[in-house]
Amino acid sequence: MRKFLLKRALMLPLVALGVTFLLFSLTGLLPPEMRASIYLQDQRELTPELMQELIKEHKLDAPLVVRYGTWLKSLLKGDLGYSETARMKVTDAIKTYLSATLELTIFAIIPIFFIGTRLGTISAVKKDKWPDQLTRLLAITGYSLPTFVFGLLALMFFYGWLGVLGPGRYSFETDMLIHSGAFKSYTGLLTVDSLLNFKPAVFWDAVKHLVLPASVLCFGSVAMLIRITRTSMLEELNKDYVRTARAKGLRESYVIAAHVRRNAMIPVITLVSLQFVRLLGGVVITETVFDFPGIGRWGVKAAQQLDLAGVMGFSLMSALLFVLANTVSDVLYAVMDPRIRYGE
Amino acid sequence: MFDERTIKRFKKSKASIFGLGLIAAFLLLALLAPFIAKPQGSDPYQMPQSGYSSEPQRPSAGKIFGTTESQYDLFYGVVWGARTAFKIGAAVIFVALGAGLIIGGLAGYYGGWADEGAMRLTDIILAFPGIVLAVVIVAMLGPGIEKVIFAIAAVSWPAYARLFRGDILTVKKQDYVTASRLMGAGDFWIFTRHILPNSIYPVVVVASLDIGSVVLTAAALSFLGLGAPAGYSDWGQLVAMSRNWILGGAGSPFAYWHTLLIPGGAIFLFVLAWNLLGDAFRDVLDPRQQ
Repeated sequence: MRKFLLKRALMLPLVALGVTFLLFSLTGLLPPEMRASIYLQDQRELTPELMQELIKEHKLDAPLVVRYGTWLKSLLKGDLGYSETARMKVTDAIKTYLSATLELTIFAIIPIFFIGTRLGTISAVKKDKWPDQLTRLLAITGYSLPTFVFGLLALMFFYGWLGVLGPGRYSFETDMLIHSGAFKSYTGLLTVDSLLNFKPAVFWDAVKHLVLPASVLCFGSVAMLIRITRTSMLEELNKDYVRTARAKGLRESYVIAAHVRRNAMIPVITLVSLQFVRLLGGVVITETVFDFPGIGRWGVKAAQQLDLAGVMGFSLMSALLFVLANTVSDVLYAVMDPRIRYGE
Repeated sequence: MFDERTIKRFKKSKASIFGLGLIAAFLLLALLAPFIAKPQGSDPYQMPQSGYSSEPQRPSAGKIFGTTESQYDLFYGVVWGARTAFKIGAAVIFVALGAGLIIGGLAGYYGGWADEGAMRLTDIILAFPGIVLAVVIVAMLGPGIEKVIFAIAAVSWPAYARLFRGDILTVKKQDYVTASRLMGAGDFWIFTRHILPNSIYPVVVVASLDIGSVVLTAAALSFLGLGAPAGYSDWGQLVAMSRNWILGGAGSPFAYWHTLLIPGGAIFLFVLAWNLLGDAFRDVLDPRQQ
């Protein structure tokens, strides 16, 4: 076990390093002026003089490996350049947008977990009967319907027709309030901060803006969890201990709840930790559809407007979070299931 | 891999037959596009425009699906969009599968440093959420269909390389491979005669069933404004064009429903068809469910 943990812990920085190298070498596809823009520190025109300065300072005429070295050094110092689209330093942009995205993903992952495990269980217990068929229909619709089509449909109904829920993260009134001196930001999560500031109106407003994008994310991602829960439950249901439990005369509901579900949840729990970060990929589209000011919308805007520093910061952060979650999920899996011990 | 019982089980699944039928219908639509919607300009993929008003027109006798933003003909766009979908799907799978087979093949057959290097490379690419890396690559290369194809292929090959490598590792250890080597066969002979025929089918099946998700990713890139050029018959772009019109007009909130539902429905049905087929395959081939 210790050997496995050690191996995973050593792999983490190596993959992270590889990710930075891959991203950096991709910038080699661009003309030199654009490449230089990732070294800008603030909103300045890239004049020829400044260009010469940057070339000298960051050794931009050196071979790839050397350039990568100097870039990595500034990266480790926490310097990622200036994002044109966000109009702030990349590190500040990540801080600002990540909290919005985090709030959205939390609002999506909770229903995903409960709906996914519940429907997956029902689907397995009633295999090939109508609840199973219905659930599978729901799941396949969920991952076949493009997020952007479903999102726009939701906006058409709830914003265009009913006028109750809308795009963005908050309304104009809330915007005024939270940027006045009276509102203190503690966590960056609007729903939490509003309660800490005793502003129930802001809380309500934030929730109203989260419901639609969170539901769209949930509908698109819940299918995977349903499927894993179902397969895992089916596998457990066929085992001998289930037959023993039934033979003892235990009620079926007890067998399912106390025996099967517990064992079937092992792969499911680890998947949820992975899903949480996989949602960060899903938010790219959802945030763009709902104009929700998170990390995904920023990344897309940066890509559209060729804000290279923004693109690099966004992709670097997504990948690092992804790698981290993968590792956590692997370790969780090994800890929870004693049968799995990699490399021993 | 496909014995008679498997095929029988597959035929019994109504969902897979439905999926197969849908794919056949889309394929027919794509093949017959020049007859169903006659091209008007020099580039058949360019959607014809009638007028310059930005407001979409409702479906009418002459234009059965109506027009979308900037008067692009929706029927034409949907029909030729089917062609675009197959073009992108097939091209991506061809490139990604090719790269996956070569890299996975070399890694699996030779092992050692080639294997270590190739697998760490796949680790790094798989460390990204797919759409994020695709967005980054298209941002660097600029928009355009070929660039979208390249970007999606660049993020999809590692999965195929890994799968193929794994299968080769099992086949490589078989006695007939050792026997052939003892008889003095060279690497090329062993690989093409013994290893390839026994390891290539799973990865080819998996890859070809991915066409649906490839088209979904391509549509998403187009929707984000990072895909097809303006006016190109592409479902993702058509959905993007409906974005400004989802609010409808005064008193009629669903005035422009067709601009969203028609191209959106096309993507949905296309992806659904491939997913139905993929699910059926998984159920049929999963030994735990038999």
